[in-house]
Amino acid sequence: MTASNETLLTGITNHDPRAIGRAISIVENNGEGAADILASLDQERINSVVVTGITGPPGAGKSTLTSGLITILRKTGKRVGIIAVDPSSPISGGAILGDRIRMMDHALDPDVVVRSMATRGRLGGLCASAGATVRIMAAAGCEVILIETVGVGQSEMDIVQLADITVMVLAPGFGDDIQAMKAGLLEVADFLVVNKSDQPGASGLLMDMEQIFAAKEEESGVARVLETVASENKGLVELLQSMDTFSDYLTATGQKEQRRNRALNAETLDWIIEMLRSRFLDAMNESSSQKDPRIRAKEFISKTLQINQ
Amino acid sequence: MTKEQTPFRVLIAKPGLDGHDRGAKFIARALRDQGFEVIYTGIRRTAAEIAATAIQEDVDVVGLSSLSGAHLRLFPEVVRELAARGGSDIPVLGGGVIPDEDITTLLEKGLSGIFTSGTPADAIISSFKKASQHHRNHDSLK
Repeated sequence: MTASNETLLTGITNHDPRAIGRAISIVENNGEGAADILASLDQERINSVVVTGITGPPGAGKSTLTSGLITILRKTGKRVGIIAVDPSSPISGGAILGDRIRMMDHALDPDVVVRSMATRGRLGGLCASAGATVRIMAAAGCEVILIETVGVGQSEMDIVQLADITVMVLAPGFGDDIQAMKAGLLEVADFLVVNKSDQPGASGLLMDMEQIFAAKEEESGVARVLETVASENKGLVELLQSMDTFSDYLTATGQKEQRRNRALNAETLDWIIEMLRSRFLDAMNESSSQKDPRIRAKEFISKTLQINQ
Repeated sequence: MTKEQTPFRVLIAKPGLDGHDRGAKFIARALRDQGFEVIYTGIRRTAAEIAATAIQEDVDVVGLSSLSGAHLRLFPEVVRELAARGGSDIPVLGGGVIPDEDITTLLEKGLSGIFTSGTPADAIISSFKKASQHHRNHDSLK
């Protein structure tokens, strides 16, 4: 291990923001030393951290809800990590990461570690980089980690795979319950939050969702559909209490371990793709007589990895 | 391992009390369109908040916008706050309504570049690129 990596690791343990930020960049970019850093993190802390994914359509109030949850968690003395994911432009590769705007109340709190992350159009999605960031934040003493992601397509499913608990935030006025069911996410979400519950249409949405979640509630004995007005901090304490109870239920029934194993597989697959990506990009520069993409893929695999399949 | 250059990360922030963020948002979008990852903090931030955010996000460059006339106080304050947090290597660029006679003062106080309303967008983008690349090449933490 290089001297600078050792400095980084010491910095992470000492809660040094510069070291934490830099270590996250290194693993996000899969830069030199990423493997050393990840291998040296405190595994016990990683095991004990609770990772919550917060997802939902744009404008439902995820960032405001997240900021409200941070406030409450901080009052209980917990050190909190937040990974705020926003999409990258498929054209330029750039991104505007704006979730910070609603979290600036916590900017000077040394026990709130925020990291904005762009999706970067990764092949395997976000699991590898967000997962590595979770590990660094846990090693840096964060006891709770919230991953916030916009609910459009792949990135939300990646986060679901990564999180111990998934919270889907909806708000009235986004279409009927059929729209929500279409997303497919309701099946995997653990909690459904009807935010902006003071707005017209909230009670109808709540009733629809309670019906869908009735079986899940019965199974765990925890209220799974909750109302909030995040901008006024209403309902947030109740949400956190339910999440705590549910987290204990997951641990007691062995489901937390199952979910962690699922996350481990998803992250590993992402790393495999990441590690092979550049080799295959190089291979594709070579000429091939094949025009069919599937046949070409097989040819490249057997050439690059020297295996036949 | 990856051979492609990873995107530059920049922070765009508005220190002080003025709430006019059209210019800041314009630059944020222009940078995104050039492949930058732009962390945007919104209006009315203190220098300390901006510096703390820049450190947490491990940005290559901080870009500040001010239209209120308080740039002579606020811009160098961000530079100082960054240095106090171990981020003296992170270049700070500033733009807005800035009289020509203030530019030298700001550069002397540690700003790495100043843009006025007359600066073409291309020139601003290219300054961000140069400053980001310079930061990557001369990273004190590497």
